[in-house]
Amino acid sequence: MAETLLLAPFWPLVVGSLAVAFTRGALQNLVSVAAPLLALVLVWTVPEGSATVSWLGMTLTPVAPDATARVFGTAFAFAAIAGAIFALDQKSTAERAAVLLYAAAAQGVVFAGDLLTLFVFWEVMAIGSTLVIFANGAARAGIRYALMHAFGGVLLFAGIAASMGSGGLALRAFSADSTASLLILAGVLVNAGAPPVSAWVADAYPRASWSGAVFLSAFTTKAAVAVLIRLFPGESMLVPIGLVMAVYGMVYALIENDIRRVLSYSIVGQVGFMVVAVGIGTPLALGAATAHAFVHILYKSLLMMAAGTVLRATGTARLTALGGLARSMPLVTAAMILGGLALAALPLTAGFVSKSAIMQALAEDKAATAWFLLTAVSAGSLLYAGLRLPWFAMLRPKVDPVAAAPVPVTMFAAMALVGAAILAIGFVPSLLTSLVPAIADVAVLTPDHILFQIMLLVAAAICFVMLLAILAPRAAITLDADWLWRVAPAMIGHRASAAWRAARLALIPASDAARQENRLLARAWVRMTSDAGNWRTGDIALAATALLGIVLLIAAL
Amino acid sequence: MTLAVLQHHLPVLVVLMPLLGGLLVAIIRHPAASWPIAIAAAAASLAGALALSREVAANGVISYALGGFPSELGIEYRVDAVNVLILVVVSFMALATLVFARLSVASEIDEGRQPWFYTMMLVATAGLLGMAVTGDAFNAFVFLEISSLATYTLIALGRDRRALVAAYQYLIVGTIGATFYVIGVGLLYLATGTLNLELIAERLPEVTSPRALLAAEAFILVGIALKLALFPLHAWLPNAYTYAPSAATVLLASTATKVAVYLLARYIFGIFGLHREFGDISGASLLILLSLAAMFLASAAAIFQNDVKRLLAFSSIGQIGYITLGIAIANSDALTGAFLHIANHAVLKGAAFMAIGAILYRCGSERLDDLAGIGRAMPVTGAVLTIAGLALIGVPGTSGFVSKWYLVAGAFDAGKGWLALMIVASSFLAVLYVGRIMEIVWFRPPGRVALAAAEAPGGLLVPMVALATLTVLLGIAAYWPAEMAHSAAEALLGVRP
Repeated sequence: MAETLLLAPFWPLVVGSLAVAFTRGALQNLVSVAAPLLALVLVWTVPEGSATVSWLGMTLTPVAPDATARVFGTAFAFAAIAGAIFALDQKSTAERAAVLLYAAAAQGVVFAGDLLTLFVFWEVMAIGSTLVIFANGAARAGIRYALMHAFGGVLLFAGIAASMGSGGLALRAFSADSTASLLILAGVLVNAGAPPVSAWVADAYPRASWSGAVFLSAFTTKAAVAVLIRLFPGESMLVPIGLVMAVYGMVYALIENDIRRVLSYSIVGQVGFMVVAVGIGTPLALGAATAHAFVHILYKSLLMMAAGTVLRATGTARLTALGGLARSMPLVTAAMILGGLALAALPLTAGFVSKSAIMQALAEDKAATAWFLLTAVSAGSLLYAGLRLPWFAMLRPKVDPVAAAPVPVTMFAAMALVGAAILAIGFVPSLLTSLVPAIADVAVLTPDHILFQIMLLVAAAICFVMLLAILAPRAAITLDADWLWRVAPAMIGHRASAAWRAARLALIPASDAARQENRLLARAWVRMTSDAGNWRTGDIALAATALLGIVLLIAAL
Repeated sequence: MTLAVLQHHLPVLVVLMPLLGGLLVAIIRHPAASWPIAIAAAAASLAGALALSREVAANGVISYALGGFPSELGIEYRVDAVNVLILVVVSFMALATLVFARLSVASEIDEGRQPWFYTMMLVATAGLLGMAVTGDAFNAFVFLEISSLATYTLIALGRDRRALVAAYQYLIVGTIGATFYVIGVGLLYLATGTLNLELIAERLPEVTSPRALLAAEAFILVGIALKLALFPLHAWLPNAYTYAPSAATVLLASTATKVAVYLLARYIFGIFGLHREFGDISGASLLILLSLAAMFLASAAAIFQNDVKRLLAFSSIGQIGYITLGIAIANSDALTGAFLHIANHAVLKGAAFMAIGAILYRCGSERLDDLAGIGRAMPVTGAVLTIAGLALIGVPGTSGFVSKWYLVAGAFDAGKGWLALMIVASSFLAVLYVGRIMEIVWFRPPGRVALAAAEAPGGLLVPMVALATLTVLLGIAAYWPAEMAHSAAEALLGVRP
């Protein structure tokens, strides 16, 4: 059906991205909000049915709307609308065009009907998000981010190519037992922020601008969850992976100092919940993962907006430098508290609905270990998000709080929009359960549920008061796995060259020899890098002769 | 002359057009007349190549006896699905380069030397087309020398004195390569008594002494490997590309090495049967090893370059590695990928070098640091460079993705999954060097050079935007080139006559 293809939700965002790049001022503002609005409309109006396109002898299905796609599409479009309103005062045209391209790719991923289309949008998503980071002038972080996603893309691409033989390009449930499906799983998990590469999330997202991080926090990891739901439902390997993510995210979020790094680690932790649910694989669990992704996009957007507003107004997002802002920024404080409580699944917030669904799915599947661990992590998430963030950033008394510059009212409007959605779902859970029918049977607002959750949260709050001194932020760098690829190579290089120099000096006391050796090494390095290709003509001739000899030898054998 | 006669002589006309055009430019030697003549000659050649491609698609192989002598005695021009693709690529890129050349050459080369430059461009093109079209081993050598001699001159016309050293080095190395090649051809002639490639292939089974044949094989393959800059015989290329005039670099990068690759494939599949008759430690393994070395080491060296032209030159060596890898894997998909990449890489590298030429035209510098923020002053040029860069990485939606897709599929098909992983893993290095350019061009605050620059003039923009558009088109509507490359692959593998 041609109209399925023409009405795909990514079109208005692609066009919008181009339009934003070439317009300025009011028109640019209009386009940047209207494009995601139109996308939201199309998410629900694009007709079912699969439009196929023939490409190089393969049949592609660029758009295949189904219930899962529409739910994720709704969340992505809503996040894009709220984010666009929040970013109305963003002066960087590059960022505003990049976020729309990024949002378009995210829609493309969840609506994709075959593996190749999925991969194409996957790559565009990586490019769009890299541009968002680049647009804030964070070149090195942007390159690291791009490389990490190129790595994931490479795995995914190899896996897709390898799986062509059995089943072609169709989206289907794989089981992780062949090289091909393991490659695909690994590629998707890189984007989900799974260990051992979880650290890219906290490395990259805080380098985006005050508005860019709002978009980054919404799309990439949740699109990976959507793909996991499609390709690996019930893959038991995902349960331990998700549990590690949940614990890892909570631990680092508890000790981190920068608000946006706390929130980035928290993304990994919350995505861990979803990955566990996908690993359980029952219809209820998959529905719960979808619902939790939806809700997580809402409250994480709200938190990132609050953090972005603080950063914009004060110039810093470090907890050690903040504090005492509740009076000067009451609305932002309220937003941060609401977001944190939703993250901690306080009853009457949206987080309670989706987390109840995940917990019930675990209970029905008798996954006791996972249930206990996630319950504990859930309590821990109140510690870092519901209490630690608002307390140290806003509420705690401080003699001379940092000055907060006024921020545009549109930023508050965006926060109000998202906050209202969180409360609406919290008070009327059927808003969400009608979107995800699989979790309709979960009893959310029942007295025993509410009582249990409140007891849990009160216990966590008591812990917070008792551990206040320990939880106080410190201006230190937390060590994470990204040390392995950010610091270790340079350090090993330095150590090795120092050791080499020391060894030279110990063996040959004559410092002349050591100096000469060092010069030789340096020269060899230069010859291999910037000076590569500056061979002497005789050396080229020698290489040709050597190759001739080798070929003759091979031929003669 | 009626149209039918023209049609009959097309194989030779394709080569003669640029050759005669070059002659005409050299005789008239008027700066204003040179460019139109060159354009006309290249356009005529492209028209001929396109007509040939239609004829080959309809009627199969075209054999043309030069001067009417039978192929045992004379020279046969032989056009089939394999070289018609090369003819189209070379003549198209020659035309695009010449369109680009007018302003670029005017700013980079003394007025008195401009006619000579155009002459040499046309002669080089004629030589490359001749290498592709001929079915005669020695005739291929003659055309190889024609194109090489013209190329040395082109490089030496560079504005930097280092161009002279680069040209001289290329001359020495190129002569060694040509000598190796002609020694090999001599040995083949001794063994078979003919220079016609078809007849050589026919008579090979009757050859009693395989020694001469093995020596011929080694000399010919290594000779060609020098010309196509196969790792580790690549060292002449970076300086030659870097210091040649911009237009010459565009032509060289997009055509010269590609024709040599074609010749390599022709010998491997048509004559020596590398993929069939070799033992366990086969020549194919060696070619795979060298291709991988090119893909990784040359691309790694590209990351450390401070001159954009040099960076792209190293990237070219790496990209040639993909093409030779496809030839070494030697199944239908991999060869399709290799031939697609010949075309795709010609177009995208042409676009990239044109963009650098335009930056040089406006800013007088091609040092990477001087390019800081140039994307804001020259957005279209920057966009062209970006598209070419994305295609180098192999991002979906660009032509680079399609060729890599076929190469990876071919590697899996051959049961060499690890090679497929190497192919995709090497894109990493491309992400690094392209990312470095992109970051500098778009996201650095504009430097002294960028602030003084303005968008390139239309004469430079038109050809490069056309090539960038083609790069995207070849990535989306890939059917036609894929079909051509597929026929070429099938023809080489002997599935089709």
